[in-house]
Amino acid sequence: MNPFTPSAPAPFASAPGPTVRAVHDEFHGDLLEVSMGPQHPSTHGVFRMVATLDGEQLVKLKPVFGYLHRNHEKIAENTTYLGSMPYTDRLDYLCSMSTNWAYALAVEKLAGQAVPERAQYLRIIMAELTRLVNHSCLVGFLFNDLGTSFTPLLYAFREREKIIDLFEALSGSRMMCNYQRFGGCRVDPTPEWLAAAQQLVDNFPRFLDEYERMLTGNEIMLARTQGVGRLDATHAINAGITGPVLRASGVDYDLRKVDAYGFYAQFDFRVPLGAHGDTYDRYMMRILEMRESVKILQQAFKRLPAGPIMDPKAKLRGFRPKAGEAYGRLEGPKGELGFFLISDGSPNPYRYRVRPPSLINLTLLEEMCLGHTIADAVVILGSIDIVLGEVDR
Amino acid sequence: MSDPVASPTPFPAAGNISDAEREDLRRHGILMTSLEELHNWGRSNSIWPLQFGLACCAIEMIAAATARFDIARFGAEIFRPSPRQADLMIVSGTVTKKMAPQVIRLWNQMPEPKYCIAMGACAISGGPFKQGYNVLKGIDRFIPVDIYIPGCPPRPEALLNGLIQLQKQIKAEQLTGPNAARFTRPEEPSEFPIPAYGAHDLVPTKNDAVWAPPTPEAKA
Amino acid sequence: METLEQIRARLLLAYPAAQITFVTNPGPAAEHSLLIEATHAVEIARWLRDDTALRLDYCSNATGVDWPDKTITDVTTTTEPDPAGGPAKTVETKTARLQPGYLEAIYHLYSIALKQGPVVIRLRTANRTDAVTLPSLTPIWRSCDFQEREIFDLYGIIFTGHPDLRRLLMWDEFKDHPMRKDYVEPDDYEWEPTAHGAVLERAKPHQSAAAAPAPKTGGTP
Repeated sequence: MNPFTPSAPAPFASAPGPTVRAVHDEFHGDLLEVSMGPQHPSTHGVFRMVATLDGEQLVKLKPVFGYLHRNHEKIAENTTYLGSMPYTDRLDYLCSMSTNWAYALAVEKLAGQAVPERAQYLRIIMAELTRLVNHSCLVGFLFNDLGTSFTPLLYAFREREKIIDLFEALSGSRMMCNYQRFGGCRVDPTPEWLAAAQQLVDNFPRFLDEYERMLTGNEIMLARTQGVGRLDATHAINAGITGPVLRASGVDYDLRKVDAYGFYAQFDFRVPLGAHGDTYDRYMMRILEMRESVKILQQAFKRLPAGPIMDPKAKLRGFRPKAGEAYGRLEGPKGELGFFLISDGSPNPYRYRVRPPSLINLTLLEEMCLGHTIADAVVILGSIDIVLGEVDR
Repeated sequence: MSDPVASPTPFPAAGNISDAEREDLRRHGILMTSLEELHNWGRSNSIWPLQFGLACCAIEMIAAATARFDIARFGAEIFRPSPRQADLMIVSGTVTKKMAPQVIRLWNQMPEPKYCIAMGACAISGGPFKQGYNVLKGIDRFIPVDIYIPGCPPRPEALLNGLIQLQKQIKAEQLTGPNAARFTRPEEPSEFPIPAYGAHDLVPTKNDAVWAPPTPEAKA
Repeated sequence: METLEQIRARLLLAYPAAQITFVTNPGPAAEHSLLIEATHAVEIARWLRDDTALRLDYCSNATGVDWPDKTITDVTTTTEPDPAGGPAKTVETKTARLQPGYLEAIYHLYSIALKQGPVVIRLRTANRTDAVTLPSLTPIWRSCDFQEREIFDLYGIIFTGHPDLRRLLMWDEFKDHPMRKDYVEPDDYEWEPTAHGAVLERAKPHQSAAAAPAPKTGGTP
């Protein structure tokens, strides 16, 4: 069975299509259709774009999904409520803590479950630490797309490792924390852990200054991002775009303020807003949000109350919420992360649906990229911040 | 340089000289080696992986390349975006049925000698997502895998350990003779058939020439 | 924000011909919803988006749900007087009726302009086999674009008026709708090395069938 020998028959049909082909268009004449991905260094995983090019300019861009469709929803409908908690870690694998929280939030809403105060504070601490991880890595990846070849990412991963070490000390796993439970959290951090976390947060602005000194004013970066990939507010709202991408377009919509879930109403922080909705604003949004997260974290460490971390009425075994449905959502680092659950009174959810911000934020990708060069499309995609585990689920 | 040889390796010694004699010569400044050994030494310390991430494990793969774990210590830091320039495919994450034909195509495009690491539970067997209708239950159903790294995801250290195991495997490879390495034998396939998208599943669901389910152990 | 009953009343004023049913959510979340008849769905959606008091400009989440045919047993208790003059007997009569299945699309609407919500609307198909068409709300809210494609892919609801209705996650040649409750997934559990109950069960038939042939190459990690 050597495919090199011409006599050997092909055992089964192969299905590859062409990756580059010429197409003809009435308006533009001869165009080139290029398939970028699913293996491409700039598409953040197995995302694929079919780009139609006129010279170097984009005429059409169609995203193709599903290369990481791991059937999260189907698996979750066949397992217990708690059994899906580890799967939510693997949805957005950079931010497992906040994805856990979003799921716990939805189930708590479904079951009418209360959460003690200390657990609410711990959740906020974890979610904001996750935001720091996500945004600093995103900025690193964005600069990778701009052509810096790994250098800013090394700084981002240096900080990420510190935070990931904290998560590991607490939950036992670096990336897949599986930390939240319905009605509280799994492990209470020790005073040493809190002191280490506090020290990390206190030092974080220094890292941000270093990062910004290196990146923000960079001439090439300004030339490549300002005015690139503009997104206006009306279209963004209509397309369901959320999170920093929406706020970069100047829309004041942060669920931490709007829904005030958890204990966010008691925290003093601002919601940074952009003015132009371009790639540069989306980059700045991440940096400013990290600074706000540091503020939230410092307040949380100062006011963290003593007390139980699990509601005494919470049931871990034999958990069967009453029939009904609930949609729980929170402000994830990438946008509005929601879970929609329908219960029929059995131990498994009847319907389990993830509202993925990464997928829906890509709705206007084509509109943002048209007219730009293909190299800009890579940068625009990088600034939207997607994680394929969440896009395809 | 008076310490003994660091690794009691199964390296074929140059000619009929024993390891002790070689070491004796080395103390006198004479380095004896064979072309095969030199070749394998060079190859094993400059493995270029394919820059290709599938899922969660890809993040740990990136972490292994950053300053803290520094895969460059083992000569494998040059991640190539093109399969034509890569020696090693790290299948880092869940291989879905939609992605499987692309993974096999990438493997086919890599030049020999090439190696494959299945990183993480998903790439080995489908892992936690095994029950998914769109999840391939192990990449070894279609292409041969050299090293399996368990974990969900494996820590960067585990990836480094897998890489070291691969280096050992490369160093032990023979270039000639009856036990020559796979890539030197022309009858061994270098490219593997790519499955097609079917109406309900991949067609076929596995490559019978590469993989067959192991016989279950008889229960005592 | 207005209650859902008030919204329904105003909608019925605006669209007297439309059939709008109030669906109660019995759970603690108490997020009730409006079931909207498919023929008027697009007009009503536009009204919800443009109404000055609601301004539901943001469709957060679009979900498909499969409700297969279900046999419902109704128990009716009747009291029959005993002809012999003794105490009255209670008789339970059980009647089984078949509730036909349907597919459902659920939309969660919020207002970013007025920071209110959610308003949940549901659309239902007539059955699960042939009449699986619903009007697409993508012309009203662009955010339904990918989500409706996903519902089409995984549940098989055909959205009329969708600009680009293709499969989103599975490949185009795929024929099934895997999120439906009666979907039978391909059986490729030839080998299961871990002690995972649900999967071991599925691997058993394979193991008893193919006890003899040894693997040719590789395969054993």
